[in-house]
Amino acid sequence: MKILVAIKRVIDPYVAIRVKDDHSGIDDHNVKMTINPFCAIALEQAVQMKEQGLAQEIIVVSIGDDSCNESLRTALALGGDRAIHINTADFLSDNVTTSSVSLFTPLKIANVLAVLARQQDCDLVLMGKQSIDGDNNQTPQMLAGLLDWPQATFASEIKPDPNRDNPALLVTREVDAGLETLSVNLPCVVSCDLRLNTPRFASLPNIMKARSKPLTCFSLATFIDDNISQYPNLASLAKPSSQTIIKYSKPQQRSAGVMVESIDELIDKLTQEAKVI
Amino acid sequence: MDSAKVLIIAEHDQVNLSIATRKAITAAHLLKQYSDNVIISVLVAGCDCANAAEQAAYLDGVEQVLVVDDTCYQHLLAENIAKLVADIASQYTHLFISSSTQGKDLLPRIAAKLNVEQLSDVMGFTSLHSVVRPIYAGNAIAEVSSSDPYIVSTIRAASFDACNSSDSRAEIVHLDKAFECSSTRFVELQASESERPELANANVVVAGGRGVASKEGFVLIEQLADVLGGAVGASRAAVDADYISNDHQVGQTGKIISPDLYIAAGISGAIQHIAGIKDAKVIVAINKDPEATIFSYADYGLVGDLFELIPEFIQKYE
Repeated sequence: MKILVAIKRVIDPYVAIRVKDDHSGIDDHNVKMTINPFCAIALEQAVQMKEQGLAQEIIVVSIGDDSCNESLRTALALGGDRAIHINTADFLSDNVTTSSVSLFTPLKIANVLAVLARQQDCDLVLMGKQSIDGDNNQTPQMLAGLLDWPQATFASEIKPDPNRDNPALLVTREVDAGLETLSVNLPCVVSCDLRLNTPRFASLPNIMKARSKPLTCFSLATFIDDNISQYPNLASLAKPSSQTIIKYSKPQQRSAGVMVESIDELIDKLTQEAKVI
Repeated sequence: MDSAKVLIIAEHDQVNLSIATRKAITAAHLLKQYSDNVIISVLVAGCDCANAAEQAAYLDGVEQVLVVDDTCYQHLLAENIAKLVADIASQYTHLFISSSTQGKDLLPRIAAKLNVEQLSDVMGFTSLHSVVRPIYAGNAIAEVSSSDPYIVSTIRAASFDACNSSDSRAEIVHLDKAFECSSTRFVELQASESERPELANANVVVAGGRGVASKEGFVLIEQLADVLGGAVGASRAAVDADYISNDHQVGQTGKIISPDLYIAAGISGAIQHIAGIKDAKVIVAINKDPEATIFSYADYGLVGDLFELIPEFIQKYE
């Protein structure tokens, strides 16, 4: 099995983000960046599947500006075999905010990944369930739709399905009602939830080894030129997105509360003042 | 003025529509601010789902209910429902579904089939073609406009009230369309059984975090929830430590809720958790650390040991 893992570079989840005063975007200047936590879980899953002998090769891909290189090297140190970077830097015009939320929309990302999944002849695409910046939770489902492959989202357990004649995965999904198990034929797209695994840290020797692993970079323009004859859908990538972020604003702040001294006072406040119980 | 033809994809268990679906219908009602001509239809796809369809027909503002009753829709698998919706979408301008795990699973697949972007977790509208939605765990709000031929949106339940029922019955139209898929098979659902109100719709939620310290400690949280007639929530730390199952998780990656009263016991208040509770009417924090972040979001804060304070709360409230 050949696995494609898509990773996104995002602002570190523990950083308190700041909306720019002119409402044009999020201040990401000198902010600590990291691999989106859900993508790290997807990568760990791929590495574990390779360790179990279920997968032969892990290809890691990231779409974004030059800085994605660093994330991809990290992914190689964590167990990826080779990496592909689709560099979107040349598609950034002056009036587009650099905030990764608006840079490249989920449908565009899914279109690129669909070409890569086919071109690289992958059996499984593993992705995070959502990126913690855009909070969209769309790209894996869109990719599955574009490829017309089955999808299993919010996975908390992935294993081969022994009861099927054709290659298939048994995926347990975290749904509102509890845990649902689906059997999906390969090739398929699986999006990973928090409880699937605990990602490992990269060891120093692995970081050193990662330097010599192959990392291929294409500018988005080259990628489109090279593949458009076979994948005419790529033409849409060069067009501006159909979505425009008109304004970013700060969420409404809750008014400051009060500290109470005792349960008696708390019950009194909740029954008499707030009237919620 | 432009007209809006809205198709709400209903979520249901074949018998009852989900409350979140009724909230998505309320969201469609709000488009009437921007158009005199808003037509709301509901799609009920399922298997033996006549009762759910009948319920949809009696919801306020619904003009038409499309029913597609076929065994292939029994488990509401994204693959075949996406094909069904893409097949009928050309008659509509807006496609809505609630932002539940099912809505999130299904709608982007439909959007991709229609070659349009999606707007996730919509909390309001600023025109027929522009919405507001939270990003960065709710730490920023984006106003987004779309030039796509369809506005495809998941609707954030915490931002809308459920629509009412009405006396008039909408027209019910049966469609005979089956999109069988063999590449995905439903195997099983391990449903978490609970007598308590559903977390997403409860008026009162009592939640515990790492400070609850054990599975046994969570019994206290459950007892307080029962006394107040509420649901039980949890932080990620509590779920990861296996004090309670993951469907109780509240936050950016769990459920986003807006109860009248949210009581957080032993929860420090990480931004990912706050993302799920910001819209609660009243937040109460009980924590022994006076510096805990949760206190800056709480309407009422009480510093102390939850193992002493919660039994006292239960005893005095009863």
